[in-house]
Amino acid sequence: MQYRTSFVLFTFSQFAITFLDFVGILVLFANVDSLAGWSLAEVAFLYGIANLAFGLADVFVSPVENVQVAIRAGTFDQILLRPVSPMLQIVTDGFSARRLGKLAQGALVFGFAVAAVNVDWTAARVAMTLLAVLSASTIFGALWVATSCVSFWWVEGREAANAITYGGSFLAQYPLGLYGPWLRRGLAYAVPVAFANYFPATYILGRSDRLGAPSWIAFASPVVAVAVAALSALAWRIAVRHYRSTGS
Amino acid sequence: MRLYAELAKRSFRRWSTYRAATIAGIFTNSVFGFIRASVLLAVLAGNPGAGGLDVSEVITYSFITQGLLSVTDVFGSDQEIAGRIRSGDVVGDLYRPVDFQAWWLAADVGRAAFQALGRGVPIVVVGAVTYGVEAPQGVAGALLFAVSLTLAVLVGFSLKFLVNLSAFWLLDIRGPNQLMVTAALFFSGLVAPLTLFPSWLEPAVRALPFACLVQYPVEIFLGKAAGAEAVAVLGIQAAWAVALLALGRVVLRAATRRVVIQGG
Repeated sequence: MQYRTSFVLFTFSQFAITFLDFVGILVLFANVDSLAGWSLAEVAFLYGIANLAFGLADVFVSPVENVQVAIRAGTFDQILLRPVSPMLQIVTDGFSARRLGKLAQGALVFGFAVAAVNVDWTAARVAMTLLAVLSASTIFGALWVATSCVSFWWVEGREAANAITYGGSFLAQYPLGLYGPWLRRGLAYAVPVAFANYFPATYILGRSDRLGAPSWIAFASPVVAVAVAALSALAWRIAVRHYRSTGS
Repeated sequence: MRLYAELAKRSFRRWSTYRAATIAGIFTNSVFGFIRASVLLAVLAGNPGAGGLDVSEVITYSFITQGLLSVTDVFGSDQEIAGRIRSGDVVGDLYRPVDFQAWWLAADVGRAAFQALGRGVPIVVVGAVTYGVEAPQGVAGALLFAVSLTLAVLVGFSLKFLVNLSAFWLLDIRGPNQLMVTAALFFSGLVAPLTLFPSWLEPAVRALPFACLVQYPVEIFLGKAAGAEAVAVLGIQAAWAVALLALGRVVLRAATRRVVIQGG
């Protein structure tokens, strides 16, 4: 916080950088009225959930991606020696106010989308929206942890992991129907980003393009979120145990 | 002159040792290539001929731009110079009988050459194998593209150089760096081809140097700008490269004077 000018510029540009992502979507819609059948307001809704959830995960969990720095520098051993869980240490160490810029942007677009979208806001839909944001944050956070585990085996693997975390959130901004069948299946079953915002959104917006999925699929999101969280916690534990046992 | 060629070669070799990172990078860029292609194809589905592009051009565009990302490397956070300014090591660098800017330029050219061959080419191959990618038209087209690519690297370097020099005043350059990355991401045509921009915005965006990093090289590659038009585009790139490099030298001189006054 000492370098105030730089901090202000940085926070502003963090906000701007993610906002420009949305402006990119606006530019696309300057050329078409709908993308894969979704209107601008509906895509904004998808985008809003994805970015709000990603922003939340970013603020709370993303420092875990720095585990590769600790491993390379050898400081991870110190972390293991302390009586606090290594996950908690890493996550709290990297708290950074600038991530709030990204979160704020996501919240803003989400707010705009909620206002713009033509939805009959029943209690069920409101609940589903909140649940979607929570599930999505959990899924993104879990993906972050799981992909960061790669660093325990392959120190340079961070960039490939980025393809899944940042790529995943970028993918989620657009309706699933955009992508080819292989990518779609991958997004539903392998890296379940589709459950983060797409399926809940089809329910909330009253749309029918679930691409062959059953009608209750939107309600599966929290279950998927919990499952992914459990799996990534397990992956983390295995990774740390492996690190310990190799004595590095 | 030979010194700088040596520097470039060393830099090339150094970057070629980062094998794992390069492979990971190819994977990441390819994934993003697929995503961007999917999105742009959806736009074309709703508006055929949008931005003056057809299906195969849009696919080519998505993968070429991903390849260009790492070559110009403006979107990374290359803060080596800034680090040396903060630590004070830069003073030693300035005393050497080597041109400071040329030194770093040579290193960057070496890096860019490796990224083009080691990362850019594989990414384009991925695109070619999966979707099918257009090739530049004839030897002339390929040559024009090579020149355009080189100029893009020069413009990219001069931008990074200027941002890094701000460390002389700000010490922490993350702010200006992020700002430049933000602007570059959007105004270079990476987020969306500039031809898709609203007609009232496009000329203004093209007037900025960022278009030199992605949009112009790709347009030459696709043959959108051919013959005399291509030469004109190269002229714009060259003009920006010269102007920004010159600005870099001016700022460097001001910074050096400041350092001397501070007794550093």
